[in-house]
Amino acid sequence: MVAKKTPLYDEHVKLGGKIVDYAGWFLPVQYEGLIPEHEAVRNAAGIFDVSHMGEVMVKGKDALAFLQYLLTNDISKLVEDQVMYTIMCYPDGGAVDDLLVYKFGEEEYLLVINAANTDKDIKWMIDNKKDFNIIIENISDQVGLMAVQGPNAEKILQKLTDFDLSTIGNYHFKRNVNFAGKECLISRTGYTGEDGFEVCTKAEDTVEVWNKILEAGEEFGLKPAGLGARDTLRFEASMPLYGNEISEEITPLEAGLKFFVKLDKAEDFIGKEALTKQWNEGLKRKVVGFELLGRGIPRDGYEVQKDGKKIGHVTTGYMSPTLKKSIGNALIDTEYAQLGNEIDVMIRNKPVKAKIIDRRFLKNR
Amino acid sequence: MKVLKDLYYTKDHEWLKVEGDEAYIGLTDFAQDSLGDIVYVELPEVDDEFSKEDAFAAVESVKAASDVFMPVDGKIVEVNEALLDEPGLINEDPYENWIAKIEIADKSQLDELLSADEYEKLLDEEV
Repeated sequence: MVAKKTPLYDEHVKLGGKIVDYAGWFLPVQYEGLIPEHEAVRNAAGIFDVSHMGEVMVKGKDALAFLQYLLTNDISKLVEDQVMYTIMCYPDGGAVDDLLVYKFGEEEYLLVINAANTDKDIKWMIDNKKDFNIIIENISDQVGLMAVQGPNAEKILQKLTDFDLSTIGNYHFKRNVNFAGKECLISRTGYTGEDGFEVCTKAEDTVEVWNKILEAGEEFGLKPAGLGARDTLRFEASMPLYGNEISEEITPLEAGLKFFVKLDKAEDFIGKEALTKQWNEGLKRKVVGFELLGRGIPRDGYEVQKDGKKIGHVTTGYMSPTLKKSIGNALIDTEYAQLGNEIDVMIRNKPVKAKIIDRRFLKNR
Repeated sequence: MKVLKDLYYTKDHEWLKVEGDEAYIGLTDFAQDSLGDIVYVELPEVDDEFSKEDAFAAVESVKAASDVFMPVDGKIVEVNEALLDEPGLINEDPYENWIAKIEIADKSQLDELLSADEYEKLLDEEV
């Protein structure tokens, strides 16, 4: 299958983006370079094309009841114009996907899902629609999505609208904002650990809005940033990536996402029984953070050992651009998971010592 | 992309600069540009012996790890330790900042390597 292009494809090429096929989409892995783009987001601002993400509307009388059944978090706690992170699980507790839910109204919700999972997720939703009185609508191709992230994000975006963006709280949003002359949805959300916004446009407005943001951001050090920096930023901020920290094989509890799994939710939800059992019996393995003590860079998939015995694998690892240290996440047997414990990461068939540390890598920055 | 005359090249984008029975090995301009900012280099030990096409070193950018392969059979006689503290030197000047110096085991293997012209042709095909 030929990869798809987002509405911003031509802009990426013009900006010198190094285009790769990611999750079936042609997207820039970097423009100027991963490190300067990463640093721009931590110290000034960066703009990402995230139009590849899937967007699904769930509407109807039973919308809330359906989402309560489908998702692990308690969607009934959402108020209008608020966003919630949640996981969608299989009956065995493995994750179908992780996603954001936007509440438009009592009977209307927007789900933002991972690009690579879009078809799978929609099929899963339809398969579990049962007698719920709802409509599931895939609007992914009708919208563009851009993330503007970093300490200068608000200053930059405020130049393009009369709406007071400071009134949008963290994980809240505003619809129908007149922004850069277009009607946009603006949320204070992101995937970098910095303050920032995501701007959702009509597909046909995306190029114009993107270019206006780039222009407005010039005086504030805004840089276009690619998938490379997106991953190092989310990793440093201890945010999970589907397929790495969480997957069909790794439950949200093992991934350390218990906060987003409401086992005490009144309603039944898919995976509740298996996840409750897993929690009550105690986790056999979990995702931990580690810092490499020896030389090298941990990469996802590398084996983790203790005394020559396999105890797990690296889920994500980098030479952290912010901390200038080799750090990673690993899914390992719980008995070795306590902070300060030493493990070996197998790098090119050689064991390299590492120490378990708090996954909130930027906590003491 | 810069390609220097008088060097031997491999299709894996290493260069080889022969001096008598010894040779310096490094990465080409194309290789460093494809990798992006190099943040880590793993070097072999002096006296390690490798066969042609063995991975004898590794270079890593933030995004990915990449092996460096032996262009010919040989023994490591010197490594460029400056790269341990400053891996970015390879990005700055890939032909000046060699990775290892080897003693060539069999100089007839040099005939199997690419000339500068042949390597340039290969690059044209890859782009």
